[in-house]
Amino acid sequence: MTNLFILITMIIMGFYFGRVAERRHYSSLSSREKAFRELQVLTIRRPPNSHRECHTNLVCGSTVVSVDFFKVFIAGFKNIIGGRLTAYESLLERARREAILRMQEHALRLGATMIINARFETSRVSGNASQGIGSVEILAYGTALSLNTAKPPIPDR
Amino acid sequence: MLISNIDVIPGKNIVQHIGLVQGSTVRAKHVGKDILAGLRNIVGGELSAYTELLQESRQSATDRMIAQAQDLGANAIINIRFSTAAIAAGASEILAYGTAVIID
Repeated sequence: MTNLFILITMIIMGFYFGRVAERRHYSSLSSREKAFRELQVLTIRRPPNSHRECHTNLVCGSTVVSVDFFKVFIAGFKNIIGGRLTAYESLLERARREAILRMQEHALRLGATMIINARFETSRVSGNASQGIGSVEILAYGTALSLNTAKPPIPDR
Repeated sequence: MLISNIDVIPGKNIVQHIGLVQGSTVRAKHVGKDILAGLRNIVGGELSAYTELLQESRQSATDRMIAQAQDLGANAIINIRFSTAAIAAGASEILAYGTAVIID
């Protein structure tokens, strides 16, 4: 009986706090994406003609996210009938956009004008794996190109 | 040291390829942070303790890779890749590898 009570409390807390956090995160993501629209992120492997002579620097951004308990619960049900797990989809989408934004922030600090060969990597952080609750790390990395070769960028260490 | 994850350094010629360089680190985190992260799993959201931990580890893996390239006399690393593996509960290995080259 106590266990059931704890479970229900956890689901309600997950539902409430998860929804609030998600909505807040989405609005912050879209406003920051608008601010960073100037800095292009491309997946091409060769620098374009406009950047024949430039300084390169490796930039990366990462984030570790975890699902809330409500989503775990819903996903558990969905696992029986199959289909899209929208609860997890939105989580990973948010995390990936956050990682791109952090990569762009890093590039802007170095005075870059473009990021090429952007790549993603996703890995599972096994901290709470035994409970079936996953935390996922998403890493975005790429090469930042800065045009002003005369002034070397300040290394971000 | 110029580092990039593309095959060329724009505007520079590669004089010599030195070979593969790599740097890796295995990190575990603090028990206290782990408990906090466990609580975070109920409400969801970002686990900033883990984010920081993995960023620091990635930085030190990159630094080791750069140190290795400097030992070999390289002045740039191209085609860098990152890889992460969770090897045990709460510990992960971060690997950075690339090709050390000499540019003019």
